[in-house]
Amino acid sequence: MTPEQIRTVILDILSRIAPDEDLSDLDDTVPFREQMELDSMDFLDIVMELRKRYRVQIPEEEYQQLVTMQSTVEYLEPRLKDAESPA
Amino acid sequence: MPKDFLKGVHDSYDVIVIGSGLAGLTAANTLARQGYSVLLLEHHYQLGGMATWFKRRGGHIFDISLHGFPHGMIKSCRKYWTQEIADSIVQLKGIRFENPQFSLRTTFNREDFTRQLVEKFGQSPEVVSDFFDTARKMNFYDDQTTTTRELFERFFPGRGDVVRLLMEPITYANGSTLDDPAITYGIVFSNFMSKGVFTFQGGTDKLVTQMRDEMTRNGVDVRIRSLVERIEVSRDRRVTGVVVNGRRIGCRAIVSNANLKTTILKLVDRSNLDPEFVAETEAVRLNNSSCQVYIALKPGERFDDCGDLLFHSEHEGFDVEALLSRKVSSRTFSFYYPETRPGSDRYLIVSSTNANYSDWATLSEEDYQASKQDLIETTLDCLEQYVPNVRNQLDHVEAATPRTFEHYTRHQQGASFGTKFEGLKVSQELPEHIQGLFHSGSVGIIMSGWLGAVNYGVIVANNVDKLLTPTTATA
Repeated sequence: MTPEQIRTVILDILSRIAPDEDLSDLDDTVPFREQMELDSMDFLDIVMELRKRYRVQIPEEEYQQLVTMQSTVEYLEPRLKDAESPA
Repeated sequence: MPKDFLKGVHDSYDVIVIGSGLAGLTAANTLARQGYSVLLLEHHYQLGGMATWFKRRGGHIFDISLHGFPHGMIKSCRKYWTQEIADSIVQLKGIRFENPQFSLRTTFNREDFTRQLVEKFGQSPEVVSDFFDTARKMNFYDDQTTTTRELFERFFPGRGDVVRLLMEPITYANGSTLDDPAITYGIVFSNFMSKGVFTFQGGTDKLVTQMRDEMTRNGVDVRIRSLVERIEVSRDRRVTGVVVNGRRIGCRAIVSNANLKTTILKLVDRSNLDPEFVAETEAVRLNNSSCQVYIALKPGERFDDCGDLLFHSEHEGFDVEALLSRKVSSRTFSFYYPETRPGSDRYLIVSSTNANYSDWATLSEEDYQASKQDLIETTLDCLEQYVPNVRNQLDHVEAATPRTFEHYTRHQQGASFGTKFEGLKVSQELPEHIQGLFHSGSVGIIMSGWLGAVNYGVIVANNVDKLLTPTTATA
């Protein structure tokens, strides 16, 4: 997947976790938690969803890479480069 | 021939979940959604564990633990169960305290607690705000040596009344005391006090039925009356299956929602465990048990608004030993109005008190029955202050004791709030000792109560998923 496709996937996961949030003006460089109500369980949900869809394993000590959209996409890019983009 | 509750069961599953408390149910559902084959085994004829209910003649339905979970349940039910379940969660707005030190009613959120602490208890807004912020910032990996008593002493020195206001509901909710680590208080308190307390409209039976339906949609194989006798472990310390109702069923992983100590000390053969880990498990302290008195009014009889949860005490100050004593001086009344179950016309009351198993375990049958009757009579005496005519309005009354809880949950000593803080570490480290064996359920105070149990079920399901997912070649 390209970085742009990964970003779309993350947005899709976030919209399921927080259906009441408006994600259209999400700033990729600002932490998710400063822009929406996300708790530690929500981050666990993101990790589980990525594992379910792409079998990508994210160790707990690397959860901090998921702090902003930009860092998340950068972290996932090498791990998902061979993954198929959702249709 | 007795009914075969395991009829049609497969020879093996990806995951077997032992016990159907809220943690077991949520772990089973989460893992089924992740695509695993899941078998859920429950010894009782009903699912839910402590999230349970029972029916009595005359159409009365009593809930055991329904009233008073935190706001976070709405979000967790939506994410890990269904929108429909989340939509039935409603706030309980009438929380009352009646004791020799004060009498007040609150909506039980940060805003109202702040107002009352400032106006009625004369605390400065800065101190109250600082206290709430301190409690909110606590994490379970923070300093564990500070006790809840020390936390209160720091912010509200010498104010037993403030301690009572802030502590009594938490003791009711999870059995914790002033000697438990302050972080357990901080984490639970922040969960409860930020946005009020809630209940499930339709009752525990509706909730558990909806959960069962959702598990069925996701393919969980649910079996009741199925008692797991032991967990099978290979020589290289991996789980390979369970023996249930005399039958062996294989699996790749197990989530045990049985009591932590039962799981490690009874279901697993000791030869599979390091002696140090066994000793550490044996040293885990269980939380106390409970007594409850269930009171149903005759159809057509009612009581006026008494609030939803009433923390009643005759004791001069807040005292955990007094809370646990058989000479009950403190009770929590849950008042159930017909709105709890829309369509019903019934008024019910459940009185809960924390209790020591040891006080009840050794009584002769005669003394036991007499003690139960005494508990009922003293409870009704107390209740007459709030529902003056209750004895004439009565249709059904009965009592449950630590022995009742032991019988239905199979928890050691009838523990109704899991373990003390040290149980969390043992629960989390179990998979390091036996690969594929996970525990999820009320432990460590913070992982107890309805929300704690649901979320711990998800956390453990994530760990199971991590173990069972082959790593990608590209990673």
